[in-house]
Amino acid sequence: MSETVKVPTMAEYMAEGKQPEVLFWVGCAGSFDDRAKKITKAFVKLLHNAKVDFAVLGTEESCTGDPAKRAGNEFLFQMQAVTNIEVMNAYEIKKVVTACPHCFNTIKNEYPSLGGNYEVMHHTQFLKSLLDEGRLAVEGGKFKGKRITFHDPCYLGRANSVYEAPRDLLKKLEVELIEMKRCKRNGLCCGAGGAQMFKEPEPGNKDVNIERTEDALETKPDIIAAGCPFCNTMMTDGVKNKEKEDSIEVLDVAELIANAQDL
Amino acid sequence: MQYIPNILFIIALVAGIGYFTKNIRKVIRNIRLGKDVDRSDNKGQRFKNMAMVAIGQSKMVRRPIAGILHIIVYLGFIIINIEVLEIIIDGIFGTHRIFAFLGGFYDFLIGSFEFLAFLVLVSVVIFWVRRNISNIRRFKTLKGWPKNDGNIILYFEVVLMTLFLTMNAADLQLQALGADHYIKAGAYPVSQYIAPLFNGLSEGTLIFLERGAWWLHILGILVFLNYLYFSKHLHIMLAFPNTYYADLNPKGELDNLEAVTNEVMLMMDPSADPFAAPAEGEEESEPAKFGASDVTDLNWAQLLNAYTCTECGRCTSECPANQTGKKLSPRKIMMDTRDRLQEVGANIDKNGSFQDDGKQLLNDYITPEELWACTSCNACVEACPVGISPLSIIIDMRRYLVMEQSAAPSDLNNMMSNIENNGAPWPFNQMDRLNWSNE
Repeated sequence: MSETVKVPTMAEYMAEGKQPEVLFWVGCAGSFDDRAKKITKAFVKLLHNAKVDFAVLGTEESCTGDPAKRAGNEFLFQMQAVTNIEVMNAYEIKKVVTACPHCFNTIKNEYPSLGGNYEVMHHTQFLKSLLDEGRLAVEGGKFKGKRITFHDPCYLGRANSVYEAPRDLLKKLEVELIEMKRCKRNGLCCGAGGAQMFKEPEPGNKDVNIERTEDALETKPDIIAAGCPFCNTMMTDGVKNKEKEDSIEVLDVAELIANAQDL
Repeated sequence: MQYIPNILFIIALVAGIGYFTKNIRKVIRNIRLGKDVDRSDNKGQRFKNMAMVAIGQSKMVRRPIAGILHIIVYLGFIIINIEVLEIIIDGIFGTHRIFAFLGGFYDFLIGSFEFLAFLVLVSVVIFWVRRNISNIRRFKTLKGWPKNDGNIILYFEVVLMTLFLTMNAADLQLQALGADHYIKAGAYPVSQYIAPLFNGLSEGTLIFLERGAWWLHILGILVFLNYLYFSKHLHIMLAFPNTYYADLNPKGELDNLEAVTNEVMLMMDPSADPFAAPAEGEEESEPAKFGASDVTDLNWAQLLNAYTCTECGRCTSECPANQTGKKLSPRKIMMDTRDRLQEVGANIDKNGSFQDDGKQLLNDYITPEELWACTSCNACVEACPVGISPLSIIIDMRRYLVMEQSAAPSDLNNMMSNIENNGAPWPFNQMDRLNWSNE
């Protein structure tokens, strides 16, 4: 976590009169959460490695408004959305990539009717396209032969029907991909969506992330792969609750690819 | 005197269909109490959705046992209706087996109705066992009227199918005896095994049996038709419009409230004058209510959803909140919405227009605790075999709680004030947003 990575901002590009290939929307978790920052850095390394011309908004980025909207605060959501759209439109953004399925869903589906029209990709989709174009090499390395199970983020899977991109990338790692009994469109939520991440759960007999972690543990994995910073937190907490943190890692797909290559 | 049966039949038919029509008009009126929402786009895609999901039962078979049994009952229901057409014509004109002139094809039709009737009987028995004996949580959690309602529908099916087969068995005996009117027609692959039970009965007794079963069968169908309105069983009709008018957008997309957009655009527009008088010709309208606290705040598609729900409980069995013991049940959200809508409709019937009854959907039916347990994961929407979205109602009710009542849980208020003040759900300074790059 100590090495500095070069991350150009849109403002710098603008000053040079250039336009990047893609805007990397980092998101609040990716910017501030210690665990998620590692995912952000891993993804940036992959972008550099694939020689992708990208930029971030940096301090001009603000929450997409997803948790506010799902909590019912449409006012706050639209204030955030309109502000972000103004910034992105001023930079004439065409293409956006993000490592957060919530940002992905919001910008892709809920910004267009407010004036924000961009091609939006989840980082697993973007990495898959780099792979297909031959710009990114994915190889097993140290994960070769490991048992990995992938937890579908609701806002990537059911919400937007993206199931294959993360799995295609994992298969390239030459790992043993094992599906949980509930996967893809039947995947169980990690418990963080709909603004639950930011509140205590309602009274019940179990936490949702424990229920989901049990699904994952049934596959006897070495690694639980995630594609969302919030799922990552929930599953990591679940693994700790089961006292399995010494034997099972929870890693984002981008981290797996970057770590495999020792980037 | 010889026309008395025809007249009685026509009276029963008109009364049965008339009362049903009266109640269906109430359903349509109640659905129209909802707010407008445009679902007139993408007709091709909508027809395709209806063809796949409602006609093709594509989502039913995701649970294979219930799905295949349901297809048998559904096919039986549709195909045996051809027989009902014959019964109605015979009833009105006093004929007997009017379609018999079809010859071999008629044999095929009656034969296949009998097979289907038998398969429906078997399926319905399995359904009853699943509902009442097997340990299936989504059925075990139904109590009181909803539980009885489900069983009553199964009993109806058993009685109707048994009467149909009894009628045919008696007819077969009468055909063998060469009784008047009982022409030799039809194939009876199932009722031929019932017919021996009637061996030795006199022609008069057999005619009494055949006529009795015939009358009870058609009267039973008319009673069943009218029972639909009082039960959860309207899906046999509403599943078709409901899948046609379903939300076609990606499941993750929530609508952007237009009333809010207008306000936000006004706030963002530096040249807007918030105190400006409304433009000439434009009436000053009452400020819009944000979100939903009662059924009339929901849109008509959501109300159609409520009438379409047949309480199968697949949504609730997939709900992560429900599975972990929270109070939220998407099925209950739909049942509450329909119950409240029926209550509002009865209020209008009684008073001419809706009179405040001191009740609403929020609190009196659905509590905030249920609403706040939702993770918006869309599992309920994915699970529904007829395209219902309990999630959209939950979100609209949260909108009311937050925007009209400022009644969010305090943790969420903290999250929202963080977003307002520093552009992130946590209390970090926006100016530190890029710090990760050199940590």
